[in-house]
Amino acid sequence: MSLLTFKGGIHPTCCKEFSKDSKIKIIEPPDFIYLYLSQHTGIPSKPVLEKGAEVEIGQKVAKAAGKLSVGLHSPVNGTYMGTVMYPHPLGGMKEAIRIQVNKENSTPFKEKERAKISNIPKQKLINIIKDNGIVGMGGAAFPTYFKLQVPSSKKIKDLIINGVECEPFLTSDYRLMMEKCEEVMKGVDIVRRIINPENVWIAIEANKLDAFEVMKSTSSLFPWANFALLKTKYPQGSEKQLIDAITGRKVPEGGLPFDVNAYVQNVGTAFAIYEAVYLGKPLFERVVTVTGNVRHQSNFLVPIGTPFEYLIKLTEGPIGKISKIINGGPLMGIAQSQISSCVVKGTSGIVVQNETETLKKEPSPCIRCAACVDCCPMNLLPTEMYKHIEMNRLEKAKEMGVLSCMECGSCSYACPANIPLTQQFKIAKSRITKKVN
Amino acid sequence: MLRISPAPHITSKVSTPKIMWSVVAALMPAFIYAVHIFGERVILLTLLSILSAMGSEYVFQKLTKREIRISDGSAVITGILLAFNISPESPWWLPVAGSAFAIFVVKQIFGGIGYNIFNPALAGRAFLTASWPSLMAGNWAPPASGTLSGLPTQAIDGIAQATPLTLLKVNPTESIAQSLNSTYMLKALFIGKVGGCIGETSALLLLIGAFYLFFKKYADWKISLGYIGSVFVFSGILYYLGKTPVIPLFHILSGGVMLGGLFMATDMVTSPVTVKGRWIFGVAGGIICVLIRVWGGYPEGVSYSILIMNMFVPLLDRISEKKIFGR
Repeated sequence: MSLLTFKGGIHPTCCKEFSKDSKIKIIEPPDFIYLYLSQHTGIPSKPVLEKGAEVEIGQKVAKAAGKLSVGLHSPVNGTYMGTVMYPHPLGGMKEAIRIQVNKENSTPFKEKERAKISNIPKQKLINIIKDNGIVGMGGAAFPTYFKLQVPSSKKIKDLIINGVECEPFLTSDYRLMMEKCEEVMKGVDIVRRIINPENVWIAIEANKLDAFEVMKSTSSLFPWANFALLKTKYPQGSEKQLIDAITGRKVPEGGLPFDVNAYVQNVGTAFAIYEAVYLGKPLFERVVTVTGNVRHQSNFLVPIGTPFEYLIKLTEGPIGKISKIINGGPLMGIAQSQISSCVVKGTSGIVVQNETETLKKEPSPCIRCAACVDCCPMNLLPTEMYKHIEMNRLEKAKEMGVLSCMECGSCSYACPANIPLTQQFKIAKSRITKKVN
Repeated sequence: MLRISPAPHITSKVSTPKIMWSVVAALMPAFIYAVHIFGERVILLTLLSILSAMGSEYVFQKLTKREIRISDGSAVITGILLAFNISPESPWWLPVAGSAFAIFVVKQIFGGIGYNIFNPALAGRAFLTASWPSLMAGNWAPPASGTLSGLPTQAIDGIAQATPLTLLKVNPTESIAQSLNSTYMLKALFIGKVGGCIGETSALLLLIGAFYLFFKKYADWKISLGYIGSVFVFSGILYYLGKTPVIPLFHILSGGVMLGGLFMATDMVTSPVTVKGRWIFGVAGGIICVLIRVWGGYPEGVSYSILIMNMFVPLLDRISEKKIFGR
């Protein structure tokens, strides 16, 4: 069987074996939970409680504020302590709700089971998804209810469920597929009912063959599902590359998946949708892989708002001195300035690196080896664009497609001269878009 | 204190020095064989060439107060390739002068590694050919257990005094063409039982080194296939039309086609970055090489063909831009 894929890409060591066999472990909550008001794309949530109020697990503590926004729910029983400025995993200090965890009263969330969903109308399903604060869990944290409202002019032909997890180290989606395959598929079923696609694809990379088989074993229950095995290559899980690999259609420059009649949703999001619709459970916890240079790399079911430091301690700590903590995978993740940053809805993993892994490599002149040109999944010419940006020719860089750069990091990864290509493009993109505004 | 830096947080293990030193390693089979057939003088000439290249680079970088980069291996490659392009009978100062020119004028004045337009070793060779033509074109030695022409001495009177390509240029009679096209001759060229420059004798050993680089992706096979393939096809057409008396297989195995097509045209710095550009670069280079061999004044056209194509690299990159995803 030939594996589906896209043109370009890189082959970093996958490093998934560290945490791949660690089953999702439920953890004791920390003493304090910090829920950032801004942890999704769009307008920050608005706190709804008075300082000192008692909160229950699953209770809404902040509401959606505006057209593109979702609310926040407490992952614990505890006391609402108001808001504080706290280091955000995506950078800077951000306003966060502080909840003191009531350790005496740690009752689990009371599920309100719903057996049948076929009679629930579409709009009601979307409202449930919105009310339960669900956002894309692959990292972008885009409010799911908003994405599900596909313009009526766009018919969705292919719904693709993204179980690719192409970032090295991360195994949270993998564990979810291994342990909760039926629940994930039920979540997919809900998405399917809302957007009514012609085909449903469950996309999994070839290095997770066991997860592929497990997911496929549900096919008698979900006969509408197709299972696509993809070549192990980074960034196979990127939306545009995934659509291209499976359907052969390319999302136009500056366009969205529905422009080519496709819709992509992450497996973690599908699971969260299942929990919201079937169990009435809001998104207040998620699977997080804590891995890299720690003693016991693990997959934890983490209350949103748990400090990274607490999770690293649960792995029985780092081996040696911590040099870098990454929110997300090593290719697109963000290095933390504070160990006290807390898990957000989009945190799929925490990667800890030691000093030898983070040695700064000095850039040297480009030798025109074209490694960046060959691996760019957007088919750009990174080395040439870099030179134009260096000369302050932003117009030329734009013409060469710098705005199409999705900052996947492949070029910087591949560059033998350690030139910070991705970083340069990131800066250029923000300069160009600022000029436009 | 946590270290913060922009993504990505991991990089591949490939580095500029690693690529360069791998090229040096890939040239070793041909080098060792050259020592075997031409004697220890090859070691002396190659070492002097390398030392001159590295020394020139050091002096230039010191004088211009730049970072000293002589250990990245690129000057070593230039030194070896320049030595590969001269006769094993050359005087000791010839590679010294050639490498110094290659590094000073061709590489460093243009900005050092990554910025030079021309392949330094080839431009160094062109400089030597222009300055000391007799040393570069008529100072040959036969290999151990072989002849300069690659043919048995008794085959045709007197021809043992010239390399195969010189024979072809100077005296292309039918009987000579016949012996050049013989299986005996082709075998001699393939294995390397023939006279010529230090590094261009054995097609087989050059191919072994090059395949290692192709496998590691430190050289692009498309340039080599484009170059050698187009020499083959174009010379084949001319052979068919009666413009060249020798068969295409002789053309690709003789002279510097293998050395140039495998190791000089594939120089990353002086070749295009796009796939399409690389194909054009290789194919056009091969055609120019045959044009020089068949109608030009020199017996060999490899070095000039690549130098000419070097000039077109910025243009090729520009006209062969890739189609952006979704545009």
